[in-house]
Amino acid sequence: MATTVQNIIKKYNKDKTRLMDILIDVQSDQGYISKESISKIAAELDISHVDVEQTMSFYHFFSDKPTGKYAIYLNDSAVSNMMGRQKVKETLEKETGIAFGQVTRDGLIGLFDTSCIGMNDQEPAALINGHVFNNLTPFRVKEIIRDIKEGKPVEQMYTSAYGDGENRNVLVKTVVQNNIQKKGPILSEDYIPGIVIWKKLPQMTPEQVIEEVKKSNMRGRGGAGFPTGLKWEFCRKAKGEKKYIFCNADEGEPGTFKDRVILTERPKLLFEGMVIAAYAVGADEGIAYVRHEYKYLKNYLENLLQGARERNLLGKNIGGIEGFDFDIRIQFGAGAYVCGEESALIESAEGKRGEPRDRPPFPVEKGYLDMPTVVNNVETLCSVVKVILNGGEWYSKFGTKDSSGTKLLSISGDCKYPGVYEVEWGFSVSDMLEMVGADEENIQAVQVGGPSGSLIGPDEFDRTLCFADLATGGSLIIIGNHRDLLTDIVLNFTEFFVEESCGSCSTCRNIPYLMKLKLEKILDARGVPQDLKDLEEWGKILKFSRCGLGQTAGNPILSSLRNFRHLYEGKIQMDKEYDSEFDMSQAVKASCEAAGRVPILN
Amino acid sequence: MSKKIVATTSLAGCFGCHMSLLDIDEKILDLIELVEFNKSPIDDIKVFTKQCDIGLIEGGCCNSENIHVLKDFRKHCNILVSVGECAIMGGLPALRNGIPIKECLDEAYLNGPSVRHNHKGIIPNDDELPMLLDRVYPCHEIVKIDYYLPGCPPRAELIWNALVALVTGDELKLPYEVVKFD
Amino acid sequence: MSTLVNFKIDGVDCLAEAGIYLVEAAAENGIYIPTLCNIQGVKPRGACRICTVMVNGRPMTACTTPVTMGMEIQNDTPEINDIRKAIIEVLFVEGNHFCPSCEKSGCCELQALAYRFRVMVPRFPFLFPRREVDASNPKIIKDHNRCILCKRCIRAIKTEDGKNIFAYKKRGIELEIIIDPELGGKITDELAQKSVDICPVGALLPREKAYQVPIGRRKYDIEPIGIEDEKK
Repeated sequence: MATTVQNIIKKYNKDKTRLMDILIDVQSDQGYISKESISKIAAELDISHVDVEQTMSFYHFFSDKPTGKYAIYLNDSAVSNMMGRQKVKETLEKETGIAFGQVTRDGLIGLFDTSCIGMNDQEPAALINGHVFNNLTPFRVKEIIRDIKEGKPVEQMYTSAYGDGENRNVLVKTVVQNNIQKKGPILSEDYIPGIVIWKKLPQMTPEQVIEEVKKSNMRGRGGAGFPTGLKWEFCRKAKGEKKYIFCNADEGEPGTFKDRVILTERPKLLFEGMVIAAYAVGADEGIAYVRHEYKYLKNYLENLLQGARERNLLGKNIGGIEGFDFDIRIQFGAGAYVCGEESALIESAEGKRGEPRDRPPFPVEKGYLDMPTVVNNVETLCSVVKVILNGGEWYSKFGTKDSSGTKLLSISGDCKYPGVYEVEWGFSVSDMLEMVGADEENIQAVQVGGPSGSLIGPDEFDRTLCFADLATGGSLIIIGNHRDLLTDIVLNFTEFFVEESCGSCSTCRNIPYLMKLKLEKILDARGVPQDLKDLEEWGKILKFSRCGLGQTAGNPILSSLRNFRHLYEGKIQMDKEYDSEFDMSQAVKASCEAAGRVPILN
Repeated sequence: MSKKIVATTSLAGCFGCHMSLLDIDEKILDLIELVEFNKSPIDDIKVFTKQCDIGLIEGGCCNSENIHVLKDFRKHCNILVSVGECAIMGGLPALRNGIPIKECLDEAYLNGPSVRHNHKGIIPNDDELPMLLDRVYPCHEIVKIDYYLPGCPPRAELIWNALVALVTGDELKLPYEVVKFD
Repeated sequence: MSTLVNFKIDGVDCLAEAGIYLVEAAAENGIYIPTLCNIQGVKPRGACRICTVMVNGRPMTACTTPVTMGMEIQNDTPEINDIRKAIIEVLFVEGNHFCPSCEKSGCCELQALAYRFRVMVPRFPFLFPRREVDASNPKIIKDHNRCILCKRCIRAIKTEDGKNIFAYKKRGIELEIIIDPELGGKITDELAQKSVDICPVGALLPREKAYQVPIGRRKYDIEPIGIEDEKK
């Protein structure tokens, strides 16, 4: 065991900035990270014990206790629950004889909850030792547990055919489905890998590339919508010995899965986009930060990078351009939504806790290892290739005035055809519902932009998807009339924010949790009108948080209070001024049991 | 002006807040001009004999009797004031909060280093005893509380200022030195 | 060469050296911006959020934001102060702050801010989490009940070769401070004293020393926190 850890540390040259990779490998090899392993890592990297511990304890997929030979992580997202998670969970518990959060006594199976794993269009889904199992049913669970007890390797436990497209690639071999329902410029098949690198870049100066991107009016696709050309220009002008291009493929917003589809079907487009960005800003190294949940794509993606190196699309003098050297490595995360925030992502890639940084300085001035760094979304980098190929002007004709281009939507929930749709910006919610086979009459709400976005009702279905109206990173969850909106959606999303807060801001660490308690009081029919006012007031405190996660952590409650107030008012005691929630029988139960007396309640 | 009627009680408290009220020294004579006491350990009236204007609560709620008394105060007092840290946040009795009550009782009656003659391993269970709550509750988590006077105990001056403000309707004066949590 | 810049706080014209943090720039102009996690001379972190001000209409932490020419800052407004007060209150309910029995009472910065902002009772329910006291270190007692996770000890206390002695563990509401078992065990008297001194609350305490200043003579008994800045 000690030698394995030793070898892993050696593999990463005892580089403390590669602590994430070291921990990922140790976790994957041994099923947990022991105290001895921590000490060994600390000693070899010449950092303190607590430095290893603080990074390790931050991420969901690292554990200081064995997680079982078969570690089952069942997605706990809202849509997973809508699609029957509860029965799947119960069956798992029944078949294994343990509760979630536990490991069987023989150390064979561990059951764990996990936040959205990017499979909302094929829920309920789980990760077993990193392999995806989708469309789970109680029947399927019984098969899986039987296979486990028989000792079958995970990769032999699939009973259906592999998924579509590259999901069948010999280096992937997964049952995951792409579910591409509508293609546009990014997803179109007419892309010839390397075409921009060979045909366009040699004829353009970096400044011209930036100019072209600016001309396209493209804005970042991660959600914040910062103009891409401007970001590149800032980074190009920033002073630094080295510069870095980051691809943010940490999509963790529940309901988002379009980056997974791009990583599967158009990874070459993405890598080419990174090369273009590197050329434009003068970067030496690229890091694609991919969420842990997509680790099943590791060999496939690394093989493609190797192929690109062999064809001079990466490496030295790329595309024959003298002095243009650039390479890409893939950095996996380990389960932390907040790492989707660009500065947290950089921290994580440096081997630290994924805590967002204070800004200024911005990453374009001081990013990875304090060097100027561009962090772009997967979709942004893909779009850039088409911009340079066909011109900024061509690109700017798609979409609306303030939101040019197309947008990949991850659509899930109560509709006939969940999956990925590439549409032009300016698409209305109404049209979207028609497109995906959802009958507007049966739909009570659409969650636009995931939990941090807004929950809208039918009276707003005429609104359009664009930065000026409904800005979105691309997650759309459709919620039918038969759902309990406050419990199934709002409570689930609020719990998500409680779970995913990094905790370093006093506001985001506590307020979502306190709001959750209040929401539970209301759902428990103990609420009074003052509780609604409190929720609205408390939500304002979150605006003082450092990052987007914290600032939007109140949105599930705030936006439903705004648009679905009647649901709250139906649950609270409108005529009461005060309700303490105190319940005498509950409060004295434990002490009476301990003393062996019968509670007297009158 | 007719005198305002005041009731006071000590729930899970140490009577320190009542002591602090007595610490207003000679102003106690003025106080008697301002208010009339009803149910209170100060005059030893055990039950409410009339509706009161002001109820002063010392201590939080650690058992069923505290809850009963507090609710009775809410019913009989127009204005209820949490006086002192225990009433406001449970105070030192709430040090046990977070620890399961069974663990506390086991430690106190069975396993603690000072336990000597409890051979039968009995945890007091007489029906006459109030039932212990799972934790100590601040008063405002049980009934609506109108005002809060922090301190352990609240400074005599703070209690005095507050009573005068409540009786006269004037604004409450809160000099920096009088609002303290210890 | 340092350059001076003009900026405004609540409409008042101010002048300070360009690039220094807003908290210091304000203090130099006799204006107090309340802080809790900030300590002068150590890289700021923006953990407590109490120093948040509006800079040109956007919330920014004054301890991490450098002053630039022409900044319009709002600091002492009812809206901002109410959120600050809420943050102070939230810190009280998330831990177990028993002021009457705390060694730091009277000198505690969290308590002092509560006094300054006239916190009579938190607007949030008390959470009463179960937290542990760690007395395993030979020089420092760590009481997690009182910790507000401000990161001061993490940021300011390092070994001679720059290693961390303190660190965060876990995340979100489970976040806590841990002391390195080895480096913490070997901590010098001087560093141990420094960690105790910079802790704004009573979460890091020296062994065998407490309650040395009588009530009435403690740091915040008579005058509120921040008065030093305002007297400038």
